[in-house]
Amino acid sequence: MRTRSLTLAAGLATGALVLAGCGGDDSGSGGSETEPTVAEAPEFAEGTTMAEIAEAGSMTIGTKFDQPGFGLQGLDETPDGFDVRIAEYIAGQMGIAPEDITWTEAPSAQREELLENGDVEMVVATYTINDERRERITFAGPYYVAGQQILVASDNDVIAGPEDLADNPDQVVCSVTGSTPAENIREYLASPGQLVEFGIYDDCISALDNGQVQAVTTDNVILTGFVAGSEGAYKLVGEQFTEEPYGIGIEKGDVEFCEFVNEALQEAADSGYYEEAWTATAGQFEGTEVPDLPEPDECV
Amino acid sequence: MEPVLDNLDLYVSGFWRSLEIVLWAAAGSLALGILLAAFRVSPVPVLQRLGALYVATIRNTPLTIVLFFFAFGVPAAFGVTWDFFALGTVGLVVYTAAFVCESVRSGVNAVDAGQAEAARALGLTFRQNLSLVVLPQALRTVVPPTGSVIIAMIKNSAVVGAIGVSGDLFSAYRRMASALGYERLPSIAGTAVGFLVMTLTAGAILMVVERRMAVSR
Amino acid sequence: MSAPTPVLFDELGPRGRRRVRVATGVAAVLIAAVVVAAVLRLHERGQFDAALWAPLLDPRTEEFPLVWQRLGRGAAWTVVLGAAAMVLSLVIGVVIAVARLSLPTAGRIPLIGVVELLRGLPVVVTILLVSVALPAVGWDSGPQWALVIGLTLYNCVIISEILRAGVLAVPRGQVEAGSAVGLTRGQVMRGIQLPQAFRSMLPALISQLVVILKDTALGAVVLTGLDDLARQGLQLRTVLNNGLQTLLVVAVIYIAINLVIGRLAVVLERRLSRSRSTSPEVEEAEQAVRA
Repeated sequence: MRTRSLTLAAGLATGALVLAGCGGDDSGSGGSETEPTVAEAPEFAEGTTMAEIAEAGSMTIGTKFDQPGFGLQGLDETPDGFDVRIAEYIAGQMGIAPEDITWTEAPSAQREELLENGDVEMVVATYTINDERRERITFAGPYYVAGQQILVASDNDVIAGPEDLADNPDQVVCSVTGSTPAENIREYLASPGQLVEFGIYDDCISALDNGQVQAVTTDNVILTGFVAGSEGAYKLVGEQFTEEPYGIGIEKGDVEFCEFVNEALQEAADSGYYEEAWTATAGQFEGTEVPDLPEPDECV
Repeated sequence: MEPVLDNLDLYVSGFWRSLEIVLWAAAGSLALGILLAAFRVSPVPVLQRLGALYVATIRNTPLTIVLFFFAFGVPAAFGVTWDFFALGTVGLVVYTAAFVCESVRSGVNAVDAGQAEAARALGLTFRQNLSLVVLPQALRTVVPPTGSVIIAMIKNSAVVGAIGVSGDLFSAYRRMASALGYERLPSIAGTAVGFLVMTLTAGAILMVVERRMAVSR
Repeated sequence: MSAPTPVLFDELGPRGRRRVRVATGVAAVLIAAVVVAAVLRLHERGQFDAALWAPLLDPRTEEFPLVWQRLGRGAAWTVVLGAAAMVLSLVIGVVIAVARLSLPTAGRIPLIGVVELLRGLPVVVTILLVSVALPAVGWDSGPQWALVIGLTLYNCVIISEILRAGVLAVPRGQVEAGSAVGLTRGQVMRGIQLPQAFRSMLPALISQLVVILKDTALGAVVLTGLDDLARQGLQLRTVLNNGLQTLLVVAVIYIAINLVIGRLAVVLERRLSRSRSTSPEVEEAEQAVRA
């Protein structure tokens, strides 16, 4: 079973190691074919966030460091994934090259806080748009719609969907502390003890390998990454039972910035960058399809 | 504090879950700690060294590392399939036992050598010596520091919540603050109060016990 | 400071020695059996595979320099954060100890309240509280300061208790003698009581400093953005996919750092005892106490 993890790690780390191999400079997604276009001296209206960022020549972005395919930090400490590529494109539209981006880890529990404190200008971190979060921050996008699913070992024929959890209280399910999926799955459980929560999905997968939990639940795209690397050790079961539109978190009420981000996303889709970024990252996992950019929500 | 009061059941159930961890860990670490202390005062050099090695290793390793080691390193390496409540508790026991061992050992060593000598001179056997003369006196010097070790363990049990035990006091905070979207300050304050109730109660009990024993001296 | 005089048994006679030899043999066999069983189990589960250890131990691998660059930086951060918390805790601890010993009862009560509160809270919770509270009062401190301040809040209280016990253990006669020769209360505290408290409590102080260093690892559990050894270890273990091996190496680094602190303590202790002119009886008594 450990070979599973190793293959996966190797696969995911390859990108990072290739980077590290090229002299160890922090050139972001250097070497990949999806280099974001960096606008030269873009013009923005005085006083907007875009003007401030372009003026500063650098920006700080929050992302996940442990999400295969979306934001995963390799040995050399630069994250890569679909979220990272999308963020790089938006930054490029403001004249910020990938090497001028400072990446900050944005775990599920602290994303609103990072924006409220002004620690980051933007959070792109598999960040589900919902109303509670809208009270504290503004979302641009969505740029992708995921759905929650369940992953089990291939030989598990007990769990075929979330409904089977309540009838099988000995089947323990794992998710990440304080995440939306952890909250969503609660209503399907026989008792609260049937849920185990860790800080990162990697630990859930280890627990599955060790037989300490029997299922892992989170958004399908993340699980697909684990299934792809498992050489048939895991499978996804049941339909997606939620809809998770991923948005880009920015400071609350910054409508101009929000609209700018939405335009940037549209340009990314039109120019083919969106598709290339997907194919180079999360799209590498078997069983994923190239998504279409969803219609943006209204900026509020 | 309103968010806490609205979700009081979350904290109350968390309190009981944490108490459960604490009681198991207290029993376990006292047992293992006393065994290790016995090793260290025994006349068998191998056991002495084993005890010393254990204490030196564990005392110099951070709790975080010990707990993660038991939660993830051990199951993967040895194929253990216990749940995380058990693994977290075992980690806490392994860590705390080193400190229990040291306080017990220093208590035994603090008994005046003349006492045991006198007992032996009177013809008491090793076992009589231990149970009638040395241990009753050692107990008095052992209880206060061991009590402090146990109180420290109660506090350390908060870290167990970080490695996958769900439903304890610390994960009550996590759930409140992230998934349910409450402000972090009141959410963590609720957890803090829960632990204060536990540690202050334990402190009060310890004080009463110490006083009792002081009187009987 | 050889082994303490055994309380429980005499110098062993021939029969006792034989018994000890038997017990030693049995214990050695048991220990060896456990170790062998563990090693076999680990081997069976492939835990000695080169692939799991090489990134940590083999300088020829691609990962090795990157891994050790991160572990080295982590260790440096751990030492810096630990040292900052140690210094702050010592300074504030002295202030609290003196305040508790010299304030009138009415002034002492709120202080005791705060001390008990901080002593009763888990350090993780204190660190978390600080990290949330500081930005709320307008100081965007970052995780490093939150950790240092959180650790200080807890440990300064512990250190003040240690020092207070040390001060109270100084014989009353010395204080009276000090007053008799015309020293003020402050002078007695600074010149007579505190220096002795420091010396007599040095072992306890040192073990508390080790605790501070170890507790920096708690930051990795509740704060993000830290770069210390524990954090690096927890991240590397997922990147390298070798939980057992990485955590073992990290533990060894922590133990090494703490042993260095212990070593420094011994040197310091020697310095202190050399610089003072004590009668042989005191020295002897101290030896006994330390043993």
